Amino acid sequence: MSLALAGSSVPAGAEAPAVDARAYVQDEADGARALHLMVEGVHCGGCIRRIERGLADLPGLREARMNLTTRRLAVRWEGGRERAAEVIRRLAALGYEAVPYEPSRLTGADAREERELLRSMAVAGFATANIMLLSVSIWAGHVEGMGTYTRTLFHWLSALIALPALVYAVRPFARSALQALRAGRTNMEVPITLAVILASAVSLAETMNHGEHAYFDSAVMLLFFLLVGRYLDRRARGRARSAAERLLALGAQAVTVLSPDGTARLLPPEQVEPGMTVLAAAGERIAVDGAVASGVSEIDTSLITGETLPGRVAPGDRVFAGTLNLGAPLRLTVGAVGEKTLLAEIVRLMETAEQRRARYVGLADRLSRVYAPVVHVLALASFLGWWLVMGLAWPAALMIAVAVLIITCPCALGLAVPAVQVIASGRLMRRGILLKSATALERLAKVDTVVFDKTGTLTLGRPELQREGVSPAALREAASLAAASRHPLARALQRACPEAPAAEGVEEVPGCGLRRATAEGEVRLGSRRWCGIAEDSTAAGPELWLLRPGEAPQLFRFDDRLRSDAAEVVAALRRRGLAVELLSGDREATVARVAEALGIETWRAAQSPGDKVARLEALAAEGRRVLMVGDGLNDAPALAAASVSLSPSSAVDISQTAADAVFQGEALAPVPETLAVAGRAERLVRQNFALSIGYNALAVPLAVLGFVTPLVAAVAMSGSSLLVIGNALRLAARPGRAA
Amino acid sequence: MSSLLYLIPAALLLGLLGLGAFLWSLRSGQFDDLDGAAHRVLFDEEDEEPGGPEERGEK
Repeated sequence: MSLALAGSSVPAGAEAPAVDARAYVQDEADGARALHLMVEGVHCGGCIRRIERGLADLPGLREARMNLTTRRLAVRWEGGRERAAEVIRRLAALGYEAVPYEPSRLTGADAREERELLRSMAVAGFATANIMLLSVSIWAGHVEGMGTYTRTLFHWLSALIALPALVYAVRPFARSALQALRAGRTNMEVPITLAVILASAVSLAETMNHGEHAYFDSAVMLLFFLLVGRYLDRRARGRARSAAERLLALGAQAVTVLSPDGTARLLPPEQVEPGMTVLAAAGERIAVDGAVASGVSEIDTSLITGETLPGRVAPGDRVFAGTLNLGAPLRLTVGAVGEKTLLAEIVRLMETAEQRRARYVGLADRLSRVYAPVVHVLALASFLGWWLVMGLAWPAALMIAVAVLIITCPCALGLAVPAVQVIASGRLMRRGILLKSATALERLAKVDTVVFDKTGTLTLGRPELQREGVSPAALREAASLAAASRHPLARALQRACPEAPAAEGVEEVPGCGLRRATAEGEVRLGSRRWCGIAEDSTAAGPELWLLRPGEAPQLFRFDDRLRSDAAEVVAALRRRGLAVELLSGDREATVARVAEALGIETWRAAQSPGDKVARLEALAAEGRRVLMVGDGLNDAPALAAASVSLSPSSAVDISQTAADAVFQGEALAPVPETLAVAGRAERLVRQNFALSIGYNALAVPLAVLGFVTPLVAAVAMSGSSLLVIGNALRLAARPGRAA
Repeated sequence: MSSLLYLIPAALLLGLLGLGAFLWSLRSGQFDDLDGAAHRVLFDEEDEEPGGPEERGEK
């Protein structure tokens, strides 16, 4: 699997320009240099080793460490900054595209929070294990007749371990509970914090009075189980975060700034100011918005417009950050940088759209909104009931209320969703599907309509040569000329005839084509006009002409091929009872042909990004839950507007950011696969909820009636948590072979 | 019962040692790349010598 996936990213890596990484090299305290890179296409242990060994003989290398979880590479060496370029060149030679980044910009509050959860979990786990050691003796002592003073000693020891651990481990919950209370709301953390504080206070009082029962073990165990759930949940989200962070790297490359005296300096984008003159080399991604000052070239705007064919720019034309300069070097006058560029603007639009969708409340949250008040009322009622109505002394009544709080606190409920989510996302990850949103699985499970984009989603999104009527000799000649160009059609020719040698003396005329002088005359490869062929209005799709002296002109036609399993996938989705639609920005004839080939009845052509969003909103108004699958920047608003969305990893980064999940590889099969896993995960989550609520229905009456001792609480709590985790594990075990 | 006097402190001490070791390993970055660690353990030692077969680890 990994080879195929890594292989698919090779062409992109090989074609990508060498990004200047010198601006991102950091000086370490001991004189070493450090460079941090995000690496694309790393999937397995083999990749780690290839990368680390590929860099092993770099002169002065101290350390090259690839992190498979975050897909980041840290390289440290002694010597000059310019070795950074060598590092990136070597990675490209291995087939991995690498983008430098500044680590300080990416290590946010989330990572700190995750570490705090992990530390709290460790402390709670330590305390649980050691207190259980003492508690088991105490429980045995109830039967065997342990002396009062021995029992009190054990209770004091438990308190000694539990109280510091509780103070340390309850902080994540106490903080959230306080926030909620300040805002005048209540959430699940309120009863948890309350239960822990009350249980330890009551137990301390019991211990002082040589009482029979203390709840130190329950309080610590409760925290431990809940922290396990929180940590799993956090980890599942963490994976999503690292995917979104790649977007930041897009603008992250050094910019060549020309000073008035003609010297060139390399600056990070954030130091470039409007009005400066910037040099964009051929093959470089443009990092600023601005106007062309001099030079004529072709610009690949696919990131911004989704168009696969490049457009010609001349002095005075506007260019945008994120586009790729294909032809000749350009001098640009900077109009806007960083936050003010069109790219940043679109990122902001995406974020607003995503926030709108973030209002979707997960099942667990909806449940806990109902559940938290019930728990409070139940505990308060049993306290008041036993104290005022039954005439029990108030400490004893408080003890029963604490038992109710501990029993109802949602250990199993807290684990029910994260356990399933972690296992489901791990399963999808192995299939090359990256879940980005925490609630994506729930939303996927409810989908009843699937809307596809055409270019790049149902099709591969790159032109392929149609071989009918092409003579092998002409193809060979054309391909050897095309080797000099980065134009998408030229690349298609190279792919069609990879064995052709690159011709020498080829000149590229931006907007026209390629030419090469030979002994017989000039050979031209390019547009119809450039080769002097009469215009023909019936011409369909992109084309190139080859003009050789003394021979008839040769036509090369290109089309965008369907993904190999597109028809099967559409049929499979139909069988699942889903409605399938096609929304494309392409011309009607092309869309109709694709729709017919795939058996899609509902399709719309010539849709602008706004039209797509409008159609999705119309579907939503009909009460349908739509899964949008798309890849272009023009799909990004639609991806954010749909109730859930998928994007191929070949998509522009911004679409990957807007989508809930990203899938890798050339096939579309991950779409039904994701839906299937989501469906199973949803069933398991519901089963888990049923299990934990059923357990509460059994245990709560016992607690309210005062039958629950610390022993019963501990057994019930751990029993239900294990049951829920075991149920979640079925997702990993059962369909393993089919995957 | 007097054996409790040293058994309980011994148990606690061992537990604390474990906790300390975990917190230390967390701090020293051993939990930063759990996925990678699962693969690294399978690398062969002899591959460390330069010029070995490049592609063998690829499955």
